[in-house]
Amino acid sequence: MDQLQLLVSGLANGCVYGLIALGFVLIYKATEAVNFAQGDFMMLGAFVALGLTNAEYMALPFWLAAPLSILVMAVLGYLLDLLVLRRLFGQSQIAVVILTIALGFVIRFVAGAIWGHEPQTLQSPLSQGDISLGGVVLSVVDLAVIVVTVLLTITLYQFFQRTRLGLAMQAASQNQMAAYVMGIPVKRVQGLIWGISGATAAVAGILFASKGAMDPNAGLLGIKAFAAAVIGGFGSLPGALVGGLIVGVIEPFAARYLAAGYSQIAPYALLLAVLVFRPHGLISQTRMKKV
Amino acid sequence: MGEPLLEIRNLESFYGPIMAIRGVSLTVEPGQIVTVLGANGAGKSTLLRTISGLMDPEKGEIHFAGRPIHGQEPHKVVEAGIVHVPEGREVFPLLTVDENLTLGAYTRRDRTEIARDREKVFDYFPILAERRHQEAGTLSGGQQQMLAIGRGLMLRPRIMLLDEPSLGLSPLLVQEIFAILRRLNADEGVTMVLVEQNARVALDLAHAGYVMEIGRVVMNGSADRLKNSEDIQAFYLGQQEVGQRGEKRWKRKKTWR
Repeated sequence: MDQLQLLVSGLANGCVYGLIALGFVLIYKATEAVNFAQGDFMMLGAFVALGLTNAEYMALPFWLAAPLSILVMAVLGYLLDLLVLRRLFGQSQIAVVILTIALGFVIRFVAGAIWGHEPQTLQSPLSQGDISLGGVVLSVVDLAVIVVTVLLTITLYQFFQRTRLGLAMQAASQNQMAAYVMGIPVKRVQGLIWGISGATAAVAGILFASKGAMDPNAGLLGIKAFAAAVIGGFGSLPGALVGGLIVGVIEPFAARYLAAGYSQIAPYALLLAVLVFRPHGLISQTRMKKV
Repeated sequence: MGEPLLEIRNLESFYGPIMAIRGVSLTVEPGQIVTVLGANGAGKSTLLRTISGLMDPEKGEIHFAGRPIHGQEPHKVVEAGIVHVPEGREVFPLLTVDENLTLGAYTRRDRTEIARDREKVFDYFPILAERRHQEAGTLSGGQQQMLAIGRGLMLRPRIMLLDEPSLGLSPLLVQEIFAILRRLNADEGVTMVLVEQNARVALDLAHAGYVMEIGRVVMNGSADRLKNSEDIQAFYLGQQEVGQRGEKRWKRKKTWR
């Protein structure tokens, strides 16, 4: 029973990591750059939702504020690509990486300046109550996180597989040059990917903030999500999710059964092991080009 | 001859700091196959990349059906009816053959016509129909080249820019693909610009040709004229004269140098 509870709360945490990792992978696949501000996107999304919902700020109903904050983050992601990253076009990937690291700092301080550095809780209807199922007490929010993540994953999967735009996005990430000569507006497609990953970050943020207090440094969680993305095989969407779940589940079990101090190392030890034994990640999508 | 379909005037294009095209002019009439021959680094691929908008020209003009298209974004060029089949079988490796073909028609909306064109592509390349649900990355080299050409056809292009379709393929496959290109030109009237190093097959297929060396056109004319030119025979078709002493003459001078 104990284990089951650990498993569920681990899965719920893992879903949040997985969603942030999804954002990493989406942008990496589309633009071959890593957005190190993805964790801070998540934090910002949470604070936007918090700013819209909480009684001391705008006090909108949660079910209006949540989609609104997702939309805000999507637009922000798109504009970031349009106004900033597109100007770096043709620069080395390092330039983009450094830029996103700097961007993370900026987001952190801006969020601190607006909402303060004290931890705050999102007044979310999700965060109330527990359900007891045959002796196991599960919190509503953990279940909600899992359900929402599953739904979002299915939606994204359907979008990429079934729609014209989704197919074009896959194409642009697999072979940029061929996508250009097929008439796919690659730059616009990349902007939309930034939008999607902004929206995903907002969902992750709202879920995470429903689970507990947020402060502007919560974005540093992105490091764990990055590890999750690498474990899953950077460049594979299902891999990102699986990696997130693995990291999420390992944490509570390590905390329970390993000596204090060692438990925090567990996800990174796994990361090292994966890099050594399966350098392309657990679910890799790399394939050599035929000559 | 009427209005040329594609007209290039004094094109100059840079590949980084290197001037890859140094003032190239070229015309393609509707229904023609025009081949551009030349060795590695002659600027042939750069020429196609500049036409399709992947690269912007520094100077010069490209007119397509009477309208200037130089310096436009690639998707605008595609919408005008120009499709570029790049060198090296650039397919979408993780998508199926079918999905690759669907993306070929990305700029089109007419569903029934697209379905008809898909059948036509399968007609020309039956192997693609057999493999339609397979990931493109798992196809053989020749099949990937066929897919790249078929995907280009899905756009129903007014002109096709083919960059070395023979690259890395067995002589038999080259024969097969070039026979299909010939049929496409004869039956469907597809106009083509064919960049090749394999001068023999290219000149057999094409109506007219241009020879490029280090960024310039050094010779042009009808395919027959080029085939009969001594320089082309010596340097591109690999026929060797036997010198007076029965040795090969390695150091023949080209007339254009």
